[in-house]
Amino acid sequence: MSQGSLPKKQAADQPDVSEPTPKSQRTKVSKSSDDSDKKSLNKKLKEAEISVPIVYGNIAFWLGKKASEYQSHKWTVYVRGATNEDLSAVVKRAVFQLHSSFNNPTRVLEAPPFELSEAGWGEFEIAITLHFHSDVSDKPLHLYHHLKLYPEEEAGSMSTKKPVVVESYDEIVFTEPSEGFFARVQNHPAVIVPRLPAGFNLPPVPMEDGDKKKRIDPKDNPLSQWFTNFSEADELLKLAAARQQVQAHIARLRRQLSLIDGQNQQLKPPSDL
Amino acid sequence: MDAKDILGLPKAPLSLPQEKKSRPPKDSQRKPDGISREVYALTGGIAPLMPAIDISQWKRRAQSENQKEYAFKISTILTLPLQITWQWLPFTSSARNDNLQLYHWVRVVNGVPPTGDYSFAKYNKSVDVIKYTDEEYEKYLTDPTWTKEETDQLFDLCQRFDLRFVVVADRFQSSRTVEELKNRYYSVSRALLTARAVSPADVSGHPFIKEPYNLSQEIERKRALSMVLSQTKHQERRDAEVLAEAKRISESRMAAKASVFFLLFLLILLILALEPNLFAQYFLSAFNCSQAVQEPEFPVTLPVDPEIAGDSSPPDVPYPSGIVAPPVAETASVSASLRMLRVYLRTYALEQMVQAASSSAGLRTIKRVEQTLQDLGVNLKPKVLTKAVCAEHLELRKEILTLLNLQKQLQYKEAEGSSYRDGSYAETPGTPKHSQRAADQDRTFIPDSISFGGIKLLSTLIVSTISL
Repeated sequence: MSQGSLPKKQAADQPDVSEPTPKSQRTKVSKSSDDSDKKSLNKKLKEAEISVPIVYGNIAFWLGKKASEYQSHKWTVYVRGATNEDLSAVVKRAVFQLHSSFNNPTRVLEAPPFELSEAGWGEFEIAITLHFHSDVSDKPLHLYHHLKLYPEEEAGSMSTKKPVVVESYDEIVFTEPSEGFFARVQNHPAVIVPRLPAGFNLPPVPMEDGDKKKRIDPKDNPLSQWFTNFSEADELLKLAAARQQVQAHIARLRRQLSLIDGQNQQLKPPSDL
Repeated sequence: MDAKDILGLPKAPLSLPQEKKSRPPKDSQRKPDGISREVYALTGGIAPLMPAIDISQWKRRAQSENQKEYAFKISTILTLPLQITWQWLPFTSSARNDNLQLYHWVRVVNGVPPTGDYSFAKYNKSVDVIKYTDEEYEKYLTDPTWTKEETDQLFDLCQRFDLRFVVVADRFQSSRTVEELKNRYYSVSRALLTARAVSPADVSGHPFIKEPYNLSQEIERKRALSMVLSQTKHQERRDAEVLAEAKRISESRMAAKASVFFLLFLLILLILALEPNLFAQYFLSAFNCSQAVQEPEFPVTLPVDPEIAGDSSPPDVPYPSGIVAPPVAETASVSASLRMLRVYLRTYALEQMVQAASSSAGLRTIKRVEQTLQDLGVNLKPKVLTKAVCAEHLELRKEILTLLNLQKQLQYKEAEGSSYRDGSYAETPGTPKHSQRAADQDRTFIPDSISFGGIKLLSTLIVSTISL
């Protein structure tokens, strides 16, 4: 019978994933090179899984006195790395599909930050499509976010200073990543990369000192003060506690069952045997 | 003259000779091309707005036909090799059995009369009426209601008149109905066929054997037909009304039956929903039996690569009840399909895994799992879904399922125990004694239960209604 502690085992067949420590790793990103190792860089790593934690959502400011009938809020919808890291190593392009009442409802963003600001009055679903670099994936990924402008509580609480923020945390999982991608991002702060088994050699990728600064400075983005800090610790704690409770319950029931079984055996009429 | 009045044409005398010359289809202002004046007059003297026939086409066709005829006549006269004469010649017909010679006009080509049988002889079809010997008659064909003479006469007439029974009946000496004659004819033929056949299998395909003549049925059928034929219009209407009424009644009766069945079905569902113990018994016992089969599957479904060192610890020990095994097999297939996607969101992955894990459980069980999660303070959909959180969440769900199954098992065993104790099914498991013995703190987990006696009563009720 398993105990109530945090089990180390995985349910799936992946090798152990290193803990996400984006804050500690501020090393440079090694860019993949386009030369001789191209073929081997395209090779797929079967047992590895790369995950990129992202947060997507919107921030909406009420315009207060300056609000008109058709533009009551100024909002920004975005996709960002979970810890504010730059996603451009993974994401080539983000396409935001807005409501058809907007001019050019299909907005394409080729460079980080993948943010889109607009003014309006209505809430609607925004379809976000993330296109990745060719060595990452040739299939795009779709996200859906319902734009929220109005706060949950009564309308009186709308203020021009405090925005309505709705964010969702998710992780993009890349199964069987190419070696090139792996090598490129193995030290990237925004990416969770599994530990490869010992003896597994990746082709050496030359380090480029060019773009060292890959972390978006909070000073550059005024919105970052409103970003939610997502931590898995809270969830894990709750889950662990719940599991402990359930496991204790199970143990008790098992004891009761064996007790009753014994009793029933004695009680059973002989014809039933 | 008056025709011209009707037509509204000018009465000039010049028109008269013009009329005669207008026979060849040449135009005149007063009538259209291609049709004669009289025919044109039939239309009322006014050309139709849209001519029904394209006049020009018609005229052209008529012309070309005339030309063809003309050409043929010319050719027959001018082309000497083909010489046609008509001669009055004698002929015989194979259809006749007396060498009667008659005469008729014959088209002779180049002095050679046509050969071959009389052209209409091929239409002389006849029926093969079976012939029997006196011996055969004595052996197989005697019948109290028929004399040999009558039978002989019948067959002779049938032969002569090609089984035209109406004629035969008319010619028959003694007055017999058509049905009686047919009956005699067919029964005699059948008897002869069977008697002469080498084996019964040979003739079993013959229509006489396969579909024997049914005298009474035929009489009835003809009577009914004549009745229908002689029905008045009034009678017909009445019949139609009655049929419609009958249809309506039968439909409403079917609808009533269907609704009864539907209600019964709902009742059964209700019972099963409220009393899943009945269900669970079989559920659990089936699992317990199949436990031995399920366990070996476990290592296979986790394709752990032995080469990869690291912390991939050995698979979890399967729970003794063996309940966990099927969901793991499904989760493994979900992982495989996720891997195929190459790119996916972890929230999506969790959804799929949860679905796979709960696929073996009923809707009520799933709801209970979710309720339990909420009671424990856990989000049904984790806010921060990392790989670790995902794994923990799934494990928790699995454990809750196990818990619920154990509870059901416990309930069942308790009820069993109490029934053994009391020796009857009337005991209510929901007595205070039982509820205390069960988990004290989490009373919410114990569902309401109907007494077993109640179940029996309801099931007998259902059975009796179905048999109605």
